[in-house]
Amino acid sequence: MSFATYFASLNPMNLLSSMPGAVAQGLIWGIMALGVYITFRMLDIADLTVDGSFTTGGAVTVMLKLAGLPMWECMIVALLAGAVAGLITGILHTKLGIPAILSGILTQIALYSVNLRIMSGAANKSFTYGEKDLFVTLGNTTLSIIVGGAFTLVIIVLLYWYFGTEQGSALRATGSNHAMSSAQGININNMKIIGLALSNALVALSGSLLSQYQQFADVNMGRGAIVIGLAAVIIGEVIGLAILGKHLNFLGRLIFVALGGVIYYIVISIVLWLKLESNDLKLFTAIIVALFLAVPYLKKQSKNSFRKAKKKGEMSDVAGK
Amino acid sequence: MLQVNNISKTFNPGTINEKKALNGVSLHLNPGDFVTIIGGNGAGKSTLMNAITGVWPVDEGSIILDGANVTGMPEYKRAKYIGRVFQDPMMGTAPDMEIVENLALAYRRGKGRTLKWGVTAKEKEFYKKRLSILGLGLEDRLTAKVGLLSGGQRQALTLLMASLQIPKLLLLDEHTAALDPATAAKVLRISDEIITADNLTAMMITHNMQDAINHGNRLIMMHEGKIILDIQGEEKKNLTVENLLQKFRDVSGEKLENDRMLLSD
Repeated sequence: MSFATYFASLNPMNLLSSMPGAVAQGLIWGIMALGVYITFRMLDIADLTVDGSFTTGGAVTVMLKLAGLPMWECMIVALLAGAVAGLITGILHTKLGIPAILSGILTQIALYSVNLRIMSGAANKSFTYGEKDLFVTLGNTTLSIIVGGAFTLVIIVLLYWYFGTEQGSALRATGSNHAMSSAQGININNMKIIGLALSNALVALSGSLLSQYQQFADVNMGRGAIVIGLAAVIIGEVIGLAILGKHLNFLGRLIFVALGGVIYYIVISIVLWLKLESNDLKLFTAIIVALFLAVPYLKKQSKNSFRKAKKKGEMSDVAGK
Repeated sequence: MLQVNNISKTFNPGTINEKKALNGVSLHLNPGDFVTIIGGNGAGKSTLMNAITGVWPVDEGSIILDGANVTGMPEYKRAKYIGRVFQDPMMGTAPDMEIVENLALAYRRGKGRTLKWGVTAKEKEFYKKRLSILGLGLEDRLTAKVGLLSGGQRQALTLLMASLQIPKLLLLDEHTAALDPATAAKVLRISDEIITADNLTAMMITHNMQDAINHGNRLIMMHEGKIILDIQGEEKKNLTVENLLQKFRDVSGEKLENDRMLLSD
């Protein structure tokens, strides 16, 4: 296929019509990104539990709804289930001495079986056809954007409040300096457990919303969620810093992290519109995240490299002669 | 105020790296005592402080602080009674948080961490007043991130944080060792002022013999996990570096071979 025919086959209207869906899904994933932000940035833990707890959120929501509970009750239970998943990772890590990353992997793997159990052994479960009691749905993207935005806003306000309290400050201190926190009488193990539970509660809530949006839960819906969450966190921070620079305060960070999810989904829509194989999406996302994570390191290295030192040395040698 | 009764600690027991770091140490401090601690590398000075703060449990013996037996308490619980300044200026403060947030964390040492707002407006005035004691201009930089401060500034801030809630015991672990001489002198002067002002019971490890003689009302020397010298009162006031070295030779039967201790003035 020549370039001309390739470009001719791209229809700008298709891209435009895919945008509302991208924004709606992005807002849902933004909530997940806020959860990842708590562990990744505040506690300095890359928590892989989320791949499992995201699905748990969706599975619990669908099954309880099928059992006849009102949706908001389903969502509260989903949120609590996520918190329990984080609690378990936290206990594995702090009380049993398993490295954080491995604790997350263990819980995630265990959750795969648990999620199948929740869905009575089925790999996926749908809401009843024509289910009316959905907060967000693919069928009504405008409503989904409004509701998703409202959820995000409330969560950001709550997080901003919590991290300003005595306990939230203690949690931030734990992530910043263990020795200092202990010396100030903070139980750092408890703080890590609280952080992991809070993070996974948000992740499960996000999973619950996504299951409503796509109208089913799938045992694989959380696969690679951590990478999408990280992508949103990083994209949000980079853009926030580019726009606000030094003025990017904590509230701004939370807002941009949530927006990071939206921007991620817009980028994904564009990439798909450019006819990238959807099977290659995860590869694409992983490359993006790897790049963004590597850039700060490479920047530092370039200021501090042996190759540069060698060049400078040679130049001064020449000048010296 | 502090009673350390015959405590021992062995690291890596049963391995080739076995090290008897504390070997039956007993020490009684009266309220208001300011003890300086000297000794060569591996003498057990920092280990003694770690035992008192509860970084790990001791193998034998007991630690009693103001009448309460704290031997079985983990570090974060003992923190209620103990203020501590580390040797490494990076260790005592949270770099990603503001000066005022660090102070607020210290102000709540030993209290429950509730869901009340982390810093109140009333506190801020109090912190400003305390910061101005340091004479470093930090009172005008309340919202600056601590990571932006110099080592000396961070150490002075840690000192303030350690004494914000009047501690039953203040522990200074070579807290000026990583600073340049002028800053070290300043931080040491501030330490003296804070200890005197609140009549704190304090322990200070130093590698500088002259500092150990000039500060405090009591001096102990450690060697191979034991306290080998304990000098106070008039005798302490009349000490010189020379007769301190002589005493060490008399007690331990060895020469004090620690260049860092001998060479520093």
